[in-house]
Amino acid sequence: MFQNIGEILILLWRTLGALPLTLRHRRKVGDQLFEIGNASLLMACILSLFIGGVIALQTGPRLAERGLSNLLGGLVGLSVCEELAPVMMSILIAGRIGSAMAAEIGSMRVYQEIDALRTMNIDPIHYLVLPRLVAITVALPILVLFSILVGWIGGALVCSLNHQIHLSFSAYFNNLRQAVEWYDLTKGFVKSFVFAVVIGIVSCHQGLQTIGGPRGIGRSVTKAVVNSIVLILILDYFLTRLLLFFDKR
Amino acid sequence: MTQSPPPPQEERRAVNVQVRGLRKSFDGQLVLKGIDFEVAPGEIFVIMGPSGSGKSVLLKHIIGLETPDEGEILIDGQPVQSQETMNKYRMAMVFQSGALLNSLTVAENVGLYLSEHQLKPPEEIARIVAEKLELVGLKGQENRSPGELSGGMKKRVALARALVIDPQLILYDEPTSELDPLMAVAIGQEILELKRRIDVTSIVVSHSRDLAFGIADRIAIINDGQIRFVGTPDEVRHQSDPVIHEFLTVDFKPKERKESS
Repeated sequence: MFQNIGEILILLWRTLGALPLTLRHRRKVGDQLFEIGNASLLMACILSLFIGGVIALQTGPRLAERGLSNLLGGLVGLSVCEELAPVMMSILIAGRIGSAMAAEIGSMRVYQEIDALRTMNIDPIHYLVLPRLVAITVALPILVLFSILVGWIGGALVCSLNHQIHLSFSAYFNNLRQAVEWYDLTKGFVKSFVFAVVIGIVSCHQGLQTIGGPRGIGRSVTKAVVNSIVLILILDYFLTRLLLFFDKR
Repeated sequence: MTQSPPPPQEERRAVNVQVRGLRKSFDGQLVLKGIDFEVAPGEIFVIMGPSGSGKSVLLKHIIGLETPDEGEILIDGQPVQSQETMNKYRMAMVFQSGALLNSLTVAENVGLYLSEHQLKPPEEIARIVAEKLELVGLKGQENRSPGELSGGMKKRVALARALVIDPQLILYDEPTSELDPLMAVAIGQEILELKRRIDVTSIVVSHSRDLAFGIADRIAIINDGQIRFVGTPDEVRHQSDPVIHEFLTVDFKPKERKESS
C-alpha cells in the first residue's frame, strides 16, 4: 500500500512538473473535457435533482410540523453545496471517468502502445497523464457548481409541490440566500478540485501499472474506482475539518 | 524527465551498439543469461532463434524499455538507459503487433513523432506521412483507424511510423510475420533500402530464414537466453553446431500417404 502511495505521489509530482506543457497539449485537454462533459452532464443533472429533492423530502415534513419549514432553503442549500454535490459528483466521476481513464491507459500498456510512445521519446506522463489530469481538475469543479444549482432547484421543487411542506419557491430561495454565503460555495469548489486530482492521478497510475491481458485491465479499473472513492471519503473528512477551521463565522 | 529536440538530420549518422554481459530474469526465471555482442554502425544485424529464447526481451533492452539485472547496453558508448542518450539519438522500433495507438488514425500514428516533437508544420507532416504510407503500400489509408486494419497492414503502418523518424538505430521485432510472401520481400527490400538511404543501424529479430539470409550483414543465433554463434550468413550456413544446423535446415515434410491395396 505504501509503495502505491509513494508511486502515486511521484506521478503527481512529475505531472505537476509538466504543467507548463499544458498549452502544447491543449487539443488533448479539449478532447478529454468534451469526453467528461459528454459522459457526465445528463447523469449529473439527474443525480443532483434527486439529491436536492430527497433532502427536502426527508427533512421538510418534520420541520413543517414544528413550523420551521422556512429554514428548508438554507438546510438544502448548505448540505448540497458543502457536502453532497462535491462528494456525490466525485463518486459519479470516479465511476464514469476514472474507470475509463484506467481502462484506456491500461489497454495501451497491455498492447504495447505506451512502449511505442517511449521508443519515440514521447513521455507517457506528458502525453497521457497531463491532459487527463488537467481536464478532470477543470471539469469536476464546473460540474459540481452545475450540480449545486440543480440540487437547489430539486429541493425547491419538492418544497413547493409536497403538500406536507408547502413552501413557495421565493420563500425557499430567500432563506437559501440568507444561509448560503460565498465561502460555502468555495468549500464545495475546493473539495471538488482536490477530489478531481485524486481521481485523475489514481486512475492514471492504476492504468500505467496494468499487467496481463483483459483480466489485468479489469482489475485496474476496479482498483481505480474503489481506491478513488475510499480516498475521496477519507479526504472529505479532513478537508471539512480544515475548511471549518478557516470558517470565521 | 526532460525531452530536448532530436539532432538535426545533417548531424545524424548510424550508431554503434554494444551489449555487454546482459542478464535478465522475470519472477526468478533467468531469460537472458549473459549476452555479449556488438553491432557496427550501418550494419544489418539479424537475431534468430526459437520461440521463447529471449529475442524480444533482448530487443526491448536495446531500446531501453527494460532495465537489465546485470550488464549494460551502450549506444555509441553511452548507456541507453540515460535520458540524454534518448534525446541525442533517433531510435525507432517496429513492434511485432504494430503497437499502433488505437485512439489515433493511421495518419496521426505515422506522423506522431513529428507532431509531438513539433519538428514540422502540419502540411509538411501530412506530405511526409502520405509519402511513407505509399512506400509501404498503404496509399490513401490515412483516415482509417487501426481497428479497421489487418495484422499485416498494422505492421506496415508501424514500419511507416518508424521510417518517418529517420532513425539512426531501428529495431524490428518479427517484421515479416503475418505478411504474405510478396509483402515480406517488399519489407525486406525496404530494410535494405533504408540502410542505403539514411545510414541506419538495423537490428532485426526474425524467425524467417529467407529474410535473415537475404538482408543480414551478420546473424546471431540465440538459444535458451545465450548467443550460440555470431557470424556472416555464409559462416552461419556452414556451422556444425547441431542446434543451429537443425534450426536452419528443419523443414515441413508431409507424411507419405499409404497406398491402399
